[in-house]
Order: sequence, then structure tokens, then C-alpha cells
Amino acid sequence: MGSRASSLLREEDIEEIKKQTGFSHSQITRLYSRFHSLDKGENGALSREDFQRIPELAINPLGDRIINAFFPEGEDQVNFRGFMRTLAHFRPVEDNEKNKDPTSGEPLNSRTNKLFFAFQLYDLDRDDKISRDELLQVLRMMVGVNISDEQLGSIADRTIQEADTNGDMCISFSEFTKVMPGKAIDITADLQNGA
Amino acid sequence: MESYLFPFDSLICMLLGISFTVLFTLLLVFIIVPAIFGVSFGIRRLYMKSLIKLFEWATLRMERGAKEKNQHLYKPYSNGIIAKEPVSLEQEIQDMRRGGAEPEFDMSDIFYFCRRGVESIVDDEVTKRFTAEELESWNLLTRSNYNFHHISTRLTALWGVGVLIRYGFLLPLRVTLAFTGVGLLVVLTSIVGLFPNGRMKNYLSDKVHLMCYRICVRALTAIITYHDSENKPKNGGICVANHTSPIDVIILASDGCYAMVGQVHGGLMGVIQRAMVKACPHIWFERSEVKDRHLVAKRLSDHIADKSKLPILIFPEGTCINNTSVMMFKKGSFEIGCRVYPVAIKYDPRFGDAFWNSSKFGMVNYLLRMMSSWAIVCSVWYLPPMSRMEGEDAVQFANRVKAAIARKGGLADLLWDGGLKRGKVKEVFKEEQQKLYSKVLVGSSEDCSRS
Repeated sequence: MGSRASSLLREEDIEEIKKQTGFSHSQITRLYSRFHSLDKGENGALSREDFQRIPELAINPLGDRIINAFFPEGEDQVNFRGFMRTLAHFRPVEDNEKNKDPTSGEPLNSRTNKLFFAFQLYDLDRDDKISRDELLQVLRMMVGVNISDEQLGSIADRTIQEADTNGDMCISFSEFTKVMPGKAIDITADLQNGA
Repeated sequence: MESYLFPFDSLICMLLGISFTVLFTLLLVFIIVPAIFGVSFGIRRLYMKSLIKLFEWATLRMERGAKEKNQHLYKPYSNGIIAKEPVSLEQEIQDMRRGGAEPEFDMSDIFYFCRRGVESIVDDEVTKRFTAEELESWNLLTRSNYNFHHISTRLTALWGVGVLIRYGFLLPLRVTLAFTGVGLLVVLTSIVGLFPNGRMKNYLSDKVHLMCYRICVRALTAIITYHDSENKPKNGGICVANHTSPIDVIILASDGCYAMVGQVHGGLMGVIQRAMVKACPHIWFERSEVKDRHLVAKRLSDHIADKSKLPILIFPEGTCINNTSVMMFKKGSFEIGCRVYPVAIKYDPRFGDAFWNSSKFGMVNYLLRMMSSWAIVCSVWYLPPMSRMEGEDAVQFANRVKAAIARKGGLADLLWDGGLKRGKVKEVFKEEQQKLYSKVLVGSSEDCSRS
């Protein structure tokens, strides 16, 4: 019969996700439909292969890292809640958050959380520091074979020099926050507010 | 006991006999005879108009129902959920950095790739082309309803009546017609095949093919509007069209005569193929021959060189796409160097979605779905013929034809390969992205005055 995705999502779930992530009702149903269409195995969770099937993501040099960000530590499947939590980082920052609950802590799409997401793309071993090797790895992913090792090495060294303030040759999260230009954060994936 | 049933028995038999005769005569008069002569009573168009009114009413009811319950009606966004602007990689990265200063590496560069990545996860241009298009209004078919809980009793009753009509009346009628059409095709083409080669045979073959395809068109209740028929393909050319389903063949072939191209199949398809080729030359390839591109090209060129043979019908996308876009055309048919007659086919999804999702449904399942829809409504545009221009290679020519077809049919023109339905994207594209970004990093150090 083909009952469509939106009918499988209950109202209570939608309300919860709304509170947690700040997405609107229609955005959530839309994204659930998208989640469902990516879920080829129809088991209510996405695997890494499901993401790889998106051609535009597969050709993105940082595609694998971005996909990794969706999966919690050591897991191979992400359910809809997890999917929405990760996507929530990319909601544009609003001045007046309607569901501002002082006890719920910072909203997922705050500037700090957005920056932390980006920080984690670099920091693969999750030790809260970006080492020279980790920086080199990401650089190599972005440029492919077009730049030599020496040149890439000098770019990495220069970057660490500029950002590192406490002299440990690594970039910590606070040092990372300081070198990020304000503009870069706000244009992260503007998810249009639907009717 | 039995004496009671006897008089009723013969009465029932008589009634059944009469009703069958009446039905058969009606069938013959209203459907088969017009098919033979290519005329139409206009019954199908009347049917189509009443259906449209019905669907609009149904959607209004659902909207009203949703408003009463204070909920949102699920509406598919045809533009996607993201505001995307086509800006180049260099421009975007410069915008992100501190006011477009010295282009070198900046840690915020990853935001560009990050954002593009997440955008493609939320909505991408390619994967949605391989599933059926979502509709704005409900067409009383279960398979396309997303707002199940908003249906009032009146609508449900209407839907129930719809099911009865579609499965109880339309489906058997259509199946009968389909068998008649296919059966006649096989039998008559075999008979025509007995004639000696010559003008008489070609004439008869054309008539037979047209007649049988017209019966098949009626078997699907296909309501087709042909535009610009003066551009219809002529002998010695190739006709290319966008591909949505196997029905495309029937739609085009019921208005003109083509030589088909395809792989040899077994079973019923094979029987049909062998019969058809007796009446006029079609091009059927063995499975092994399909891989050999030179062989394929040679056979096509030989066919075209012979001006007495019909124009070849080819679908360069190579796979079925869901009729919202046109995907990459395979360059093989554009290398041959003859005139190309582009044709755009656009289906109206309100009456029944014609897209064949071959990874989800088999052929028989698909045909059953087609025959139990309300109707297949489509428009066909014949575009003026195109030839390869000086200094243009096959790929550019293919893209030019594709753009013309997309423009005429109101479809999105995509560069992605339809083969992505099943296969992975080539590494080459990722390498291109990497090269572009490298230029941003390195290109700067060449015109950087310091150090």
C-alpha cells in the first residue's frame, strides 16, 4: 500500500524534536520524509552507505568526515533523532528563540556549538586538540594530489603558528574560536523556514 | 430442489451471454474500430476533465479537514528546503574569509565544504529523480497519499468507489485490450512477414504497427497531445527522447513508425520482438553484442544509410528517470553524424505516475499499477531536427539536444548520469573539486608579492 513516511512519525515525537532542535513542524516532517527516502534498508536508521549514495556528498572532499559527524562514537547506525540533532547545528542563529527554555542549556545551533562541530571535523581522535598531523590530514583531503607534501606542510605550520597562543604546537578549542571570522558561522547552511 | 434452480439457471446463462455480447460490441465499436482508423470519439478527454474537477474537490476537502484539526497538511516543496544560490567555489571561500584578504589557507575554509555537504544531505538534485514525483493534490490513489489521517468519511467513500471502478471495471477492460493489442501485433506482423519485400509490405507493416500500438494506447487509457507534428522524424534519422517508462515507446510509436533498438529478450518479449522484425527491420542486439560499442555504432549507421528504413528510436539516458528532469545523454547515438530529431515527453502526474522505478517494481507489477491508475496523460513535443555543428564534439552535441528537450518539456536539465541510480559516482568529480580548491590555495602564492 505504501503508507508514506510522515504518517509513521507521531505527534509526540515531533514535539520533542521541535523542543530539542528548534526546527518547525513542517521542517521536521519534510526532513523525516528525506530521512526515509535515504533509508534504503527501511530499518529506521541510516548507515554510512546510505549517505554515500548521495552523489553530491560523495564528491565532496570532506564527505567522509561530514558523514562521520552524524554517527555517535563507535556506532554504525544513526536514527532519526540523531540525524536531527546533527542537522540542528546548521539552523541559522535567530535573535529571538521562541522556545527558549533556560534550563535546557544552550541551543544546538548556537555559535559555540557550530564551532565545536567544525572543530570536531579536524579533531579525529577527540582529544580536544588539533595536532599538526590532524590538520595535515584534513588539508590533504581537501586538495587531493594537487599540492606537494612540503608546501602542504608549510601551510599547516603557518596556520598553527598564527592560531597557537600557548605554544603547545596544537590548536585547542578556545584558540580555534578566536581565529574564526564571525561571518563564516552565520552562513552555514541556511535551512529555509517553511510555511 | 433442482427443479427450482433450472429456470433461473437458463435465465442467468442467457443474461450473461447477452451482457458479454453487448460488452464486446461496445468494445469493438468504441475502442478497437477507432484504433484501426486512428480516430477518436473524445470520450477519454471528457473523462480526463471530470477527473481533474474531482481531484481538486478532494484536495479542498483534505485542506478543510486539516484546518479543522489545526494541523498542517503535508505539502511537498518542489524547490527543496534550502535556499541555494549558484556561486563558485572561489567566490564563496573568499566571502567566508576575513573580507576577501590574502587567499591562503584559513581554518574556516572547511565551512564551505561542510555546508555543501550538509545541504546535499538535506536535499540533493540526483537521488530524488529516481523516485516518483510527489503531488500537490491528491488523486484518490492510495499510493500517492501522504495525509491519510485527514480524510473525511465522504472522501473515503469516494476513494472506495474509485477502487471499485478502477479494479473492477477499468482493469479487466484494459487487460483484455492489452492482450488483444499484443496478440494482434504478433499475428499480423507474422502474416505481413510472408509478403515479398517491397512497397506493399512496408505500407502494410506501417498500418499494422500503428493499429496495434493504438489499441495498446487505449489499453492504458493514455490521453496524448502531440505538438508540432510537422517536425516528425523522417527516414534516415535518429529520434531521441527522454525516458520515463517503457510506455514511452508505445506513446511515440502510435503516432509514427520507428525502428526499435533493444536487447533480445526471452519469453513473451522475445516472441513479440521476433514477430515485429519479420514485418520491418528493427535492430535487436544479443546481450554479448551490447558491450561492443563499435558493433552497435556500425549497425546503427548501416540502418540509417538505407533511406528506405524507418527512423531509429533511442533513449539516450539509458535508464528511466522520474520525469522531473533530463539526465546525461550517452554520446553513442550522437557520434553517428546523422540528423537527430529530439522529442520531449512530459507526463501529467495527477492521473497516474508513469515512472518505472525498476529497483522497486518488476515489469508485471508496474504494468498492473499503470492499468489500475485513472489514466496516463502526457504531452509530446516534436522539436525541429538538429545536426552536429562544426567544431562540436559528440558530448557537446548531446548536451545541446538535451537542453532543447529539457526546455521544451519544462524539465530540469541535469549533468548527472542516470547511471547513478545503481552505480557510484566517479572519483573524477571529487578530484575536480580538490583541484578547484587547490587553485585557491596555491594560485595565490604565485601572485603573492611577499616571500
